[in-house]
Formats: sequence, structure tokens, C-alpha cells
Amino acid sequence: MGPVRDLIVAAIYDQARQIADQVVRRRGAEHDIDWKIDGIVTSKVFGYPLMLGLLGFIFWLTISGANYPSQLLSNLLFGFQDRLTAVCQWLNVPAWLHGVLVLGLYRGLAWVVSVMLPPMAIFFPLFTFLEDLGYLPRVAFNLDRLFKRAGAHGKQVLTMCMGFGCNAAGVTACRIIESPRERLIAVLTNNFVPCNGRFPLLITMSMVMLGAWAGHANSISAALCVAGAVVLGVLVTLFVSWFLSQTLLKGVPSTFTLELPAYRWPKIGTLLIRSVLDRTLFVLFRAVVVAAPAGALIWILANVHIGESSIIGHLGGRLQGFGHLLGLDGYIILAFLLGLPANELVIPILIMSYLSEGVMLELDSLEALRSLLVANGWTWLTALNMILFSLLHFPCGTTLLTIRKETQSTKWTLLAALLPTGVAIVVCFLVAQVVRLFGLV
Amino acid sequence: MKGLAVDARGVFAKLNPAHSDGVIALAGNPNTGKSTVFNGLTGLNQHTGNWPGKTVVLAKGNYRYKSKLITLVDLPGTYSLLANSADEQVARDFICFGKPDATVVVVDATCLERNLNLALQVMEMTPKVILCVNLIDEAKRKKIEIDCPKLAELLGVPVVPTAAREKVGLDKLKEAIHQMVFAHQQTRPRPVRYNQEIEAAVAKIQPELEPYLRGKIDARWVALRLLDGDTTIITEIKKYLRVENVEKAPREQGELKVVKCYK
Repeated sequence: MGPVRDLIVAAIYDQARQIADQVVRRRGAEHDIDWKIDGIVTSKVFGYPLMLGLLGFIFWLTISGANYPSQLLSNLLFGFQDRLTAVCQWLNVPAWLHGVLVLGLYRGLAWVVSVMLPPMAIFFPLFTFLEDLGYLPRVAFNLDRLFKRAGAHGKQVLTMCMGFGCNAAGVTACRIIESPRERLIAVLTNNFVPCNGRFPLLITMSMVMLGAWAGHANSISAALCVAGAVVLGVLVTLFVSWFLSQTLLKGVPSTFTLELPAYRWPKIGTLLIRSVLDRTLFVLFRAVVVAAPAGALIWILANVHIGESSIIGHLGGRLQGFGHLLGLDGYIILAFLLGLPANELVIPILIMSYLSEGVMLELDSLEALRSLLVANGWTWLTALNMILFSLLHFPCGTTLLTIRKETQSTKWTLLAALLPTGVAIVVCFLVAQVVRLFGLV
Repeated sequence: MKGLAVDARGVFAKLNPAHSDGVIALAGNPNTGKSTVFNGLTGLNQHTGNWPGKTVVLAKGNYRYKSKLITLVDLPGTYSLLANSADEQVARDFICFGKPDATVVVVDATCLERNLNLALQVMEMTPKVILCVNLIDEAKRKKIEIDCPKLAELLGVPVVPTAAREKVGLDKLKEAIHQMVFAHQQTRPRPVRYNQEIEAAVAKIQPELEPYLRGKIDARWVALRLLDGDTTIITEIKKYLRVENVEKAPREQGELKVVKCYK
């Protein structure tokens, strides 16, 4: 903008100052308690450890707190399934319809609810608490330097924080970034922050991997593992942002003023109501709407046989070679592809395709899951690459639609799908080859 | 970012003005508790947060006061209306083209000076402005006092102190809105005075703009935007008002004068 704009802005600021001088009276020190807290929270020494510590702590609370209610819900919901089956038998419902409705649709739904609801009900209030307290802008402040070096905008961190809840929301939040170049970078990389739909997968796979590796897994090591995945996601975000700002989206990062709002102690009541109603139930509802029909569809794919094996079996077989290259297998690749509508579906689909009878397993224990996976040739490498692939792969359908809406461009949307997928493939391929080369599995 | 402007209009179209008696826009910097004011007035359960740029889409809600149904539109939290970002453009376009019956600017009492910039910018676009000085409780804790009557006098618009989290002052805000919309209370906003060159340029451009804008948009404000080189405003004016020819004469002269002023 030209010098005229500067003069106009200066005149407005001048008038604002003159008016404020006449009506504002201060008694006491200008720098208060907030100032002191910020001195610690954003300091070079304590800033990062505090951030990582809080992240780990939140995951630990989520993982250890969600265990028991998850179990309870799954017992309840899967118990109800037996009732449904009994009713179906009593009504003489044909076997295929019972399969689609109860074993497909209802089970898909029950799985998603019992796995997703408890962690969300813990994670979202905790996260909202930090948000309402005013901590998140401090995180942005701390990470600003790194993002600037990557040629991106410091506010990108705030959009990433939104991405924890839901990448689609994170993409929408990118509107707070003024420069179109930096907004595109933020939009294209938002997916590297694991959203709520992927947390259950990360948590489960961490437990499986640690179990296979160290023989046992507890909530602390699992929390560390998930936190590690998040940190890796941030590093990849930085790297890809840097790459984009050197190639497709060249330019210098723009300066901006980040306001560090006053710390405000959140009102716990409204916080709980809001985070449960607006976030938890909202995300759950979305997941359920997608999961129910997808569950039915997958049941059909797993149960309609062509020749020797089911449709899923055929497709999985086709993808086997490619999956093996990435340290995964054909079914996993297929599960990620079929899970495009919602990331929550990946594990249920995978389990359904592993099970010969083509029904989602009743996962009352992690041990049952682990033995199923091991029986299908899993090692700790499979679990690790599953985490990596989930963290890095293409965004879900909703997010892609949001990106299309925000960028108004099919080209950028396509890139938003292909870029992360490329990164996921390269990373998983390298990890798998290195691990195999050294004979670690 | 065409999409956002379309969003603003889309929301406005959905407001169903035939149904409500008045449309009020709610503007303000981020972190002023604007969304809390919004929730406090409408009782809608909308998420409010303590971070910059939280409200990214326009939210609307209704409330009834003295048997009048008022529709409140929560604009994105912005620091200015100079259309630097998509958010700022949405907020500006709504105030300018959405033609709300009044605009409430929420400011943070603990940092009034910084927040007044936005208020002054809104007052350039429309005289129907109410200043809501929020977070007075927090200001009191920080030992900051605001002389609201004096502020109202200096700005020339009504000023209402509130503590929206504690629901203090919201009734007075409703009354102030009521007075402005239904009692047609007049305001006399004190415009920002710019330096001689700018004022001279504005004085030349403004009368030439007036026949095109036909009083639908403040001509002084448009003249200022042309001077500062904001090209988006022309397209927006054409789109919203379907005013023909606004692109031709004034803009070229505006640029010429800019060059003249600063050579």
C-alpha cells in the first residue's frame, strides 16, 4: 500500500490516542501479573518444555482417562447388538439384511461411538480450557520464529491448533492469515496435525507397537508416543511449508502483530457445556453420519464373494505389493482409501477385512486386537508405519471439500491431497526399507 | 477470496429482514469479548474463544426487546477495516453494503486506545454507531478508569459500558440500540481529520462521487478508499449497488491526485 494509506492510518491512530488520553485514567503499575506470567510462558528457556509438557500431559489424561469409559460403552453398545440380533431372528429378518443393518451399520456406529466419544469428551474440554485461558496465542508466539524461518506465517500455529479438533475447521481458520501465499501454505499443511478422527488410531497403534516392541504398554509411554507423533507432524509441517515457500509459493513471510490477550480464568460450567455440545457432539455426530452408511457398505464389500474371496479380499490382494513396499499391507492401504470419508473408519475397515467372517470384531480388549493383527503378519514396523501413514496421508473428504471451498480452486485442492500422500509414501517407504535393511524386524 | 464476500452476502440474504424489525452488526477487535456480548444478547450457544480471529464466519442471532425483534450479526473480529485480510473485507462489506440499522463496536476497556482505531473507521462508514466498552470489570481490576460520558461526547456516538461475562450493562446496550433504531436518535460522529493534502483531494473527489453513489454509501469514505489505493472497493460497490460508471471518472482522478499530492 502506498504512502497515502500510511498517512490515513497514522491520522486514525493519532485521533484514537488523543481521545484515549482524555478519557482513560490509570492508577497503579502498567505491567501486571500477566506480564510476569508471559515472561515465563514465552521465555526461551521454559517456553518449549512447558509446551511439550502440557501436550504430553493432555494426552496422558486423555488416554488414561478414556480407557475405562471406552470399555463400558463398548460393552453396553455391543451388548445391545445381541439384543438386536435376537429381535431380527424373532422377526425372521433375512440373513443378508441382518448383516447389513446390524453387523454392518450398527457395529460401525457402535465402534465409532465407543472409541471416539470418551477421548473427545476428555480432550476437548482440556483443549478449550487452554484456549479460553489465553494460552494458545502464546504457543503461536513461541513457534513464530520457526515458522518465519520456514517462510510461513506465525498465525499458522493457531490454525494448526484448530486442526487438532478437526482439519476442516483448521482450514477454515486459515482465513485469519492475511497474505494469500501464507494462507495457502497453512491450508495445504494443516492436515499434518492429527485431527480428532485420527487420535484413536494413533493411540491404539501406539499401544500395539509398544506392546510388540517392549512387551508391555502403559498410558504414559503411549502418551509420549502420541505426543511424539504430534511433534513429528509439526516438524513435517515446517519442512513442507519451507519447501512450498521455496518452490510453488515463493515469497517472504509477512510481519504481523500478534496480540497476547489477557489471561482470563475460564468459566468452567460454560466451558464444559460448550466443549461437549459444540465440539464433542458435533464431531461425533459428523462421524456417526458417515460411519453408519460406510459400515453397511463395507459389510457388503466384505461379504459379497467373487470367486474365492470377497471384494475387499480382491482389492486388498491387488494392493499387497505396494503396501509391502511401505511396510504396510494391501488391506491397510485399502482401509485408508475406503476411509476417505472419515479417518475414524480406517481401523474398523481394516479389522473387518482381516476377519474371515467379514464382521467388525468386538474389540473388548486391546489384546484381542493385537493377536488379530499379529496373526495377519503385523510387526512393530507395521504399527509404526500405520502411525506415520495416518499422520501424513491425504486429508479426509470433508477437509478436501472445505479446501475446495476456501481456495476456490480444484488445482490447489488436488495438491492438498497429493502432497501429503506423497510425503506419507516417501516416509513410510524409507522407514520400511531402512528397518528391513538392518534386519530389525 | 471471492468466496468470502459471497458468504457475507449469503448470510445477509438469509437474515430474512422482512421478519425482523432491525439488523444490528457487531464489530470489534479480537479478544474484546465480542462473542460474549453476542451470546449475552441473543442467548445463542455459540463458541466464544480467547484467541485472535476466532469468529471466522458470520454468526447471527435474534433477541426481542420492547416487542421488537432484533437480528444481531456477529462480524469477524478484526483490528481494522482496511480490507487487509479476508476477515476484514467481510466485516467491511457487511457494514458498508449489508446496511445494518446500527453497528455496535465492542472495545476492550483495558486497551481502549488500540481498540478505538476500529471504532473510528466504522464511524467513517456509517453514523449509526454505538460504542460498547466491554470488560469494564477487568479494567477496574487493573485500576483503569474510563470516562464514558466524555468518550461519548468526544466521539459523538452513544457509549455503553458493559461487562458481558457478568451480564452487566447488556440491558443498557439493548436500550441504546432500541433508541437508535426505533427512536431515530441522531448521532454526530466526529470524523477523523486528515492532513491538508488528503483533505483537499477528498474535497475534490467527494462531490464527483456523490451522484454515482446517490447517498447509498458515504462518499467521503469511498473517496478516502480510492485515495489509499483500495481497488477492491470499486468491484464491491459495483457488485452490491449495481451502480454503473462508478469505475470511470473518480478513480482515475483519484490516482492522479494521489500522484500530485506526494510528488
